[in-house]
Amino acid sequence: MTDYRIQGETGEWEVVIGLEVHAQVTTNAKLFSGAATAFGSEPNSQVSLVDAAMPGMLPVINGEAVRQAVRTGVALNCEIHKWSRFDRKNYFYADLPQGYQISQFAHPIVGEGEIIVDPVDADPATIGIERIHLEQDAGKSIHDQSPEFSLVDLNRSGVALMEIVSKPDMRSPAEAGAYVRKLRSILRYVGSCDGNMDQGSMRADVNVSVRRPGGELGTRTECKNVNSVRFVEAVIEYEAQRQVEVLEAGGEIKQETRQFDPAQMITRPLRSKEEAHDYRYFPDPDLLPLIFDDAYIEACRATLPELPDTKRTRYVEQLEISPYNAAVLTAEQETAAYFELLLNETALKQRKEARAVGKAAANWVISDLFGALNGLGKSITESPISPSQGAELLALVADGTLSGRLAKDVFAIMLETGDDPAKIVEERGMKQVSDTGAIEAEIAKVLEANADKVAQYRGGKDKLFGFFVGQTMKATKGQANPQVVNELLRKALGG
Amino acid sequence: MSDLTNLTLAAMRDGLREKSFSAKELTQAHIAAVEGARELNAFTVETPELALAAAETADRALADGAAKPLSGIPLGIKDLFCTEGVESTAGSNILRGFTPQYESTVSANLLADGAGMLGKLNMDEFAMGSSNETSAWGNVINPWRGAKGETLVPGGSSGGSSAAVAARIVAAATGTDTGGSIRQPAAFTGITGFKPTYGRCSRWGTVAFASSLDQAGPMARDVRDCAIMLRSMAGFDPKDSTSLDLPLPDFEAALTGDIKGRRIGIPKEYTIDGIPAEIEALWSKGADMLRDAGAEIVEISLPHTKYALPTYYIIAPAEASSNLARYDGVRYGLRETPDGGNLIDMYEATRSAGFGDEVKRRIMIGTYVLSAGYYDAYYLQAQKVRTLIKQDFDRAFEQCDVILTPTAPSAAFAAGSKSDDPIAMYLNDVFCVPASLAGLPAMSVPAGADKDGLPLGLHLIGNALEEEGLFNAGYALERAAGFSAQPEKWW
Repeated sequence: MTDYRIQGETGEWEVVIGLEVHAQVTTNAKLFSGAATAFGSEPNSQVSLVDAAMPGMLPVINGEAVRQAVRTGVALNCEIHKWSRFDRKNYFYADLPQGYQISQFAHPIVGEGEIIVDPVDADPATIGIERIHLEQDAGKSIHDQSPEFSLVDLNRSGVALMEIVSKPDMRSPAEAGAYVRKLRSILRYVGSCDGNMDQGSMRADVNVSVRRPGGELGTRTECKNVNSVRFVEAVIEYEAQRQVEVLEAGGEIKQETRQFDPAQMITRPLRSKEEAHDYRYFPDPDLLPLIFDDAYIEACRATLPELPDTKRTRYVEQLEISPYNAAVLTAEQETAAYFELLLNETALKQRKEARAVGKAAANWVISDLFGALNGLGKSITESPISPSQGAELLALVADGTLSGRLAKDVFAIMLETGDDPAKIVEERGMKQVSDTGAIEAEIAKVLEANADKVAQYRGGKDKLFGFFVGQTMKATKGQANPQVVNELLRKALGG
Repeated sequence: MSDLTNLTLAAMRDGLREKSFSAKELTQAHIAAVEGARELNAFTVETPELALAAAETADRALADGAAKPLSGIPLGIKDLFCTEGVESTAGSNILRGFTPQYESTVSANLLADGAGMLGKLNMDEFAMGSSNETSAWGNVINPWRGAKGETLVPGGSSGGSSAAVAARIVAAATGTDTGGSIRQPAAFTGITGFKPTYGRCSRWGTVAFASSLDQAGPMARDVRDCAIMLRSMAGFDPKDSTSLDLPLPDFEAALTGDIKGRRIGIPKEYTIDGIPAEIEALWSKGADMLRDAGAEIVEISLPHTKYALPTYYIIAPAEASSNLARYDGVRYGLRETPDGGNLIDMYEATRSAGFGDEVKRRIMIGTYVLSAGYYDAYYLQAQKVRTLIKQDFDRAFEQCDVILTPTAPSAAFAAGSKSDDPIAMYLNDVFCVPASLAGLPAMSVPAGADKDGLPLGLHLIGNALEEEGLFNAGYALERAAGFSAQPEKWW
């Protein structure tokens, strides 16, 4: 539990946060129609008769969306409801063709569960999941293209969403941010949502209230459709501060729906509870209840990949990777996938157990590769260096062909050219020299050229040892094995 | 009326196969009859060209010995069914001018079986009504007239269908039944109407009124014609989640007329105050006729019957209020845009102008019963009662095979006589609604006439999926009653 507190005029305040995350289900078709769902298509090109709510059209559930919801529920450690039902949420809007949204109000497909999140600079927290339900997305109204009319794009109408509702368990912006990141990570591992918040395929409704630490829950506001982790945190910071100011000035918090303005980083009222719709929920008579058995749930579970928490524990326990590094490597599925390929190749090339090379492989990915990719502005899936090239580089270091320093040079060339490290070493003669004869000859030259410093060293100026190492390395163009140089220098100077 | 149009559908089918006449001749006779009967206002749109095109196809198929079950049969299609390229309005101004790009599953099934479409049949707006007086296309006139020549209603909501079949201007017609909309108009016009088990006919492409109750069915000259029609209309449709994925029986083959040993249930709760004595008399006569045909008459109890009508008038409007939300002026149909108005103004103006009074009344009722604070008292309670009504039938069918009741509490009434009194109008469906709530198959068979010579129907209810036994009981009743009167042609 974090002890994030708002310092008000009258004392400390605690913030209470709950999130409703809308995640677009990864499936080729909409929730109740056969229409496609490609992002960025021409307006109104992904619309079936059902999505346009033509007279007499009927919804038919998309089995893949159900499967993905169940897989997601299992991945979030939730109770799966073998009997669930679709309800109609009735309201009028131009981009809601049916005049109702088909959702699961009373009987969601997934019930309670929990996930563990790791906020930056705070202890891990367990956040409860209240429920996950399936529902249709609405279309999109466009108000700024014509002075007279609003335009409607129905491509999104009927797209399958999972609404993942948390319990009001978060107590700081950082915790909420960590929750969204963790959720996104799990959804991506599961493959049930691409998690692309910038494309709107994952967005959050942020519920915020404040109270005296540990006191009665305050009245909450809900900020709709927040579409980045940073904005989620910003909404909470702004809302918590605003609410404290209102309360301390003797005012009351109105239960209302608000909107986030990312340009000014503030929230504004959208509509208050008095204007709230009466949605007149009732069971959709066009659809039968959704019923499945344990075998179905088990079949869904069987298709889940290893999830980030399990993976992280395995890295720490079996590969002896530090908890921090393990967390970094498992946060995104792509990183973990890259790391595991690299690890397997590395173990294979060095004829060692994975455990013996895990730490080196992890360090290389996190310090060398991540640093370089950051500099290039690329993601791990766009890395110019493949896992097997990385493994080859690590093997060259392990067998003494490359010193640490040479390895860094080779790495830089790999980034630029995409060539294999062995080829670079071969073509550019970058092999490390461990031949004592050759190094002794160079040392002799260095000592001869710096006789005065040799005398000083022998007179007790130990610090000069580094100078001799540097000179020797320079003379060998950096290719001398530093350990061998050290040994031979000590011998030569000691004499 | 020509000899050809006076044949039953079965006789037309046989005549076509025997080459006694061609599909073209049969269709032309019907087209002439339709044109000659415009005073009945049974059609919203006439499509003689489509009927003729189907007839040509049928004649080729007949010549090749490749006739389909309905090759060459000219039908009328209730305007609730969306028909590709033909205006489909559900009897409402809000859909005036709406021409679907798709064909409803039921009408597509009929066309695929070789039938032709003479046109779209008038109906109560959105199938809400029992007299066909709520249509935006005007009242349908019953071909039967009162003793003093009064204009009578044809029943509703499938009033265009009942009038057209009774006037012999279509071979048969499609109807839809939400709370009696096939059976009551059939009784009012001396024809046979059959509502199958909920889920037998796909609802895809049929404009929705109350989704959990809406069911298409045939309206025709007699029981056999209904059996032939239903066989073509029904069948599993993956596009309707409530469609029944079950084999379709050959209903016509079930018509043996042998009902020896069948148990006919007479529900004691269907004796209601104010019902005319002649209806009561017909009901007991019907029981006698079935007993004489070898059936056993058993008294049964359906204790929750009195709650059926109020339950229906909560559930059906609730679903309708939501189903009709899509008629908003945004994508198709009527759009009214008041000067300087916003989106809400457009909704209000469009729906005010587009919907008639009865539709508005039911949208208001439905919105009310689903509202916060009223949902539990009305909608939820009604759903519980609906379950009790189903259980009543489950228990009754342990004691009997088919239930016999009157179809309607009166014969056809005069136009305008009940249109100012919604409750009196709703009472028309008092005998039909329980079977609708329970999703059971039921039919109306013409079984006699009142003192003015107007047709009266008897109502048979079967257990779920037991259409074959129900058809056969109807067939036995039809034979025993021998009702053959027809309206005298005045149009």
